[in-house]
Amino acid sequence: MPHILVDNIVKTFRIAQRRPGLWGALHGVLRREYRTIKALDRVSFELEPGELVGYIGPNGAGKSTTVKVLSGILVPDSGRCEIDGRIPWRNRISNAANIGVVFGQRTQLWWDLPVIESFDLLRDIYRIGSGEYLRARDELAALMDLEPLYDVPVRQLSLGQRMRCDLAAALLHAPSVLFLDEPTIGLDAVSKLAVRDFIKRLNRERGVTVVLTTHDMDDIEALSDRVMVIGHGRILSDSTLDDLRARVTRERRLIIDLLDEGQAIEDPDVTFISRSGNRVHLQFDPDRVPTAALISRITAKYAIKDLFVENPPIEEIISRLYDEHELR
Amino acid sequence: MQSFVLPYTAVLSARFRMILQYRAAAIAGFVTQIGWGAIRVMAMEAFYRSTSAPQPMHLEDVVTYIWLGQALLGLLPWNPDTEIRAMVRSGTVAYELVRPVNLYTYWFSRSMAFRLAPTFMRSIPLAVLALLFFGMQAPASPEALVYWLAATLGAVLLSTALTVILSITLMWTISGEGVSFLVSPVIYFLAGMVIPLPLFPDWAQRVLDILPFRGICDAPFRLYMGHIPATEAWAVLLHQLIWIVILVAFGAWLLSRATRRLVVQGG
Amino acid sequence: MANPLALYSHYVSISLRSQMQYRVSFLLGTLGQLFSTGVEFIGILALFDRFGSLNQWTLAEVAFFYGIVNVAFAVTDMLSRGFDHVGQLVRSGEFDRMLLRPRSTVLQLIGQEFTLRRLGRFGQGAGVLLWATLYLDIAWSPSVAALIVITVCCGACFFLGLFINIGTVSFWTTETLELMNVLTYGGIEASKYPLAIYHTWFRRFFTMVIPMGCVTYFPVVAILGRSDPLGTSLAFQYAAPLFGLLYFILSLFIWRLGLRHYRSTGS
Repeated sequence: MPHILVDNIVKTFRIAQRRPGLWGALHGVLRREYRTIKALDRVSFELEPGELVGYIGPNGAGKSTTVKVLSGILVPDSGRCEIDGRIPWRNRISNAANIGVVFGQRTQLWWDLPVIESFDLLRDIYRIGSGEYLRARDELAALMDLEPLYDVPVRQLSLGQRMRCDLAAALLHAPSVLFLDEPTIGLDAVSKLAVRDFIKRLNRERGVTVVLTTHDMDDIEALSDRVMVIGHGRILSDSTLDDLRARVTRERRLIIDLLDEGQAIEDPDVTFISRSGNRVHLQFDPDRVPTAALISRITAKYAIKDLFVENPPIEEIISRLYDEHELR
Repeated sequence: MQSFVLPYTAVLSARFRMILQYRAAAIAGFVTQIGWGAIRVMAMEAFYRSTSAPQPMHLEDVVTYIWLGQALLGLLPWNPDTEIRAMVRSGTVAYELVRPVNLYTYWFSRSMAFRLAPTFMRSIPLAVLALLFFGMQAPASPEALVYWLAATLGAVLLSTALTVILSITLMWTISGEGVSFLVSPVIYFLAGMVIPLPLFPDWAQRVLDILPFRGICDAPFRLYMGHIPATEAWAVLLHQLIWIVILVAFGAWLLSRATRRLVVQGG
Repeated sequence: MANPLALYSHYVSISLRSQMQYRVSFLLGTLGQLFSTGVEFIGILALFDRFGSLNQWTLAEVAFFYGIVNVAFAVTDMLSRGFDHVGQLVRSGEFDRMLLRPRSTVLQLIGQEFTLRRLGRFGQGAGVLLWATLYLDIAWSPSVAALIVITVCCGACFFLGLFINIGTVSFWTTETLELMNVLTYGGIEASKYPLAIYHTWFRRFFTMVIPMGCVTYFPVVAILGRSDPLGTSLAFQYAAPLFGLLYFILSLFIWRLGLRHYRSTGS
């Protein structure tokens, strides 16, 4: 039996249409008009215990609706969903005791209180036995070096410190699933690495199933083997990251800082995308021309200050995926 | 001249339009105030049923007094300007110092809109309803109406001056509420909103006469119903004027102290 | 392992410590509460000074009504802050966080804040109640003493029910919330005086639709040991507080409906 089963989940929202002006407001009182939006349109997937899956898609695509259904906040219109055999919305409380959720944008800790007191309160909220609690807390503290932060009020923590504490807070009750929503948003480079490292260890060493929603492609690249892309409420793609990229686009970006502003780069294997000042964005297909060959060719021909190769940004992959799906 | 007053009128009208947007809230507040007024009228009716001794006010006058109070409730300086409070909390109040305007006048304008806009929304429909159905009397005479309007203008200025002072005090207390917690029930009481001031014992009248709060509700209301005769209207207006001058001067002084403190401590 | 009560006391201790971080604000807030209920009572004193009695009810009797409703309401007021903020919590996503936790939403909302500054109202109400008790000639018996305790408890439950209603309504709309103030604060305002002084429609509404009279009037008549001008029996007066409790239970039920609506619409 899969750890998480999502089968044909449909969720629609009705949004009241407002008309402008006083007359519109009066009209709205008498007869409301609704527009329905399909937030989730027959979404299905399965996760095995210990999987770490990246769940990506643009804002409004249905990511957070999925997480809300899985965590029992929202009741879907139809479809089947189970975590460890529990139906989240029907067993909200027992499901909640089994999952952990971290929102990068919002803390679940108590703003005015020292960190340790938030932890203590969570112990009581989650009915954690005191022995288990101390063991879990000390272990998490050792992994993320939390002890120095115990007595600091949450409002005085830096974003990175806060995120470490939030991760610990979501794990005190030893959940078997962890939902992470933008866990690295706004963090400095060092904290990002620390958080990613921790998530990876959590997944590898303890077998916690992790669902990671993020806009940061580096998170996905660093952490997950499997990537699900959602758009318009439908799962557009469910595969490894490399497969996804290979399927959608093989192209790479070549970004060049020229020494001389007036120059134009011409090469049969690259296409020009944009230019600002002496920075030029180009695109090429590594299957047609090996990256190393292209670079040496160009550096030989032009006066170049700096040069680097990038994968196309996630937004572009998604939008290509969209184009692809709307074309069909 | 026009370019001189422009910033102040602009903030006033922008604020006005913003507050007017919350229609539903205004309707809800409207119903609330009718319910509240009805309760108070019924209680006063019961008190008047309990005695046949002559009272300093007739019941009809008390009823009118209560409805006027409900209609003009928004004018009471019971809380600091909420926008200024938000600015103090977030620390953006320092930017106010950068504006090329007289800060006191600027705050006075915005506080005046803060007091007037919601009152406008509620007072007219409420007064109409109370006049038609709930036993509120029309003004005693055309003269009374004129003096009442003049005194109401005085009340607006008085109330705004007090609101600005309350807002300025926020700059001293960290949590940004402080003094207004204490002051607002007292103002509410002394203006005549708990019970009409003429019903207080005679010895209290002398104190109430001196304080500025009578000028916000009690005195204008009684001009309206002719309880204060038109011949004495000048005394009410003079009393208001004196207090407006005092409170504006005090407010401006307080603000200069507050800003100096802000500059020295860096917010 | 924390049972609901242990968890609740943990919430309380945390809330108290957060409030103690802003000690000045807490002190001013408490004093402000004391003032705002205090001026109301001074108003009552002034009216009795003027009118002598209120339809055969003495000052001490009215003070007893006033005291008991304020004590009961103050208890609720300390617990119910969270329900006042449901709309805000929904918008900020905090409410979803509550649903993510393996506890009932009602318990978590009550645990949101233990508003200590309401002690001001509590203290004032208790003081007036004590004064009235000493002054009145109450025929003490175990059943009267029990009735006082039951009335306060059922009263607090009833008012909590009203606040839960406010929270429930905000699953649908937050624009008209002020309307609910007629029921809560308007009800308190009305309950300062015995229900018997009000018009029939008003009494019926606050007995049969919203059973406020059942916790603030009928049992108090029995405690005072006088005959009810409304002609109810002693047995009913003793049983009446249970309707307050019933209302509370009904409110919890309606809350669940609201929660179901929220969880199916997410808005």
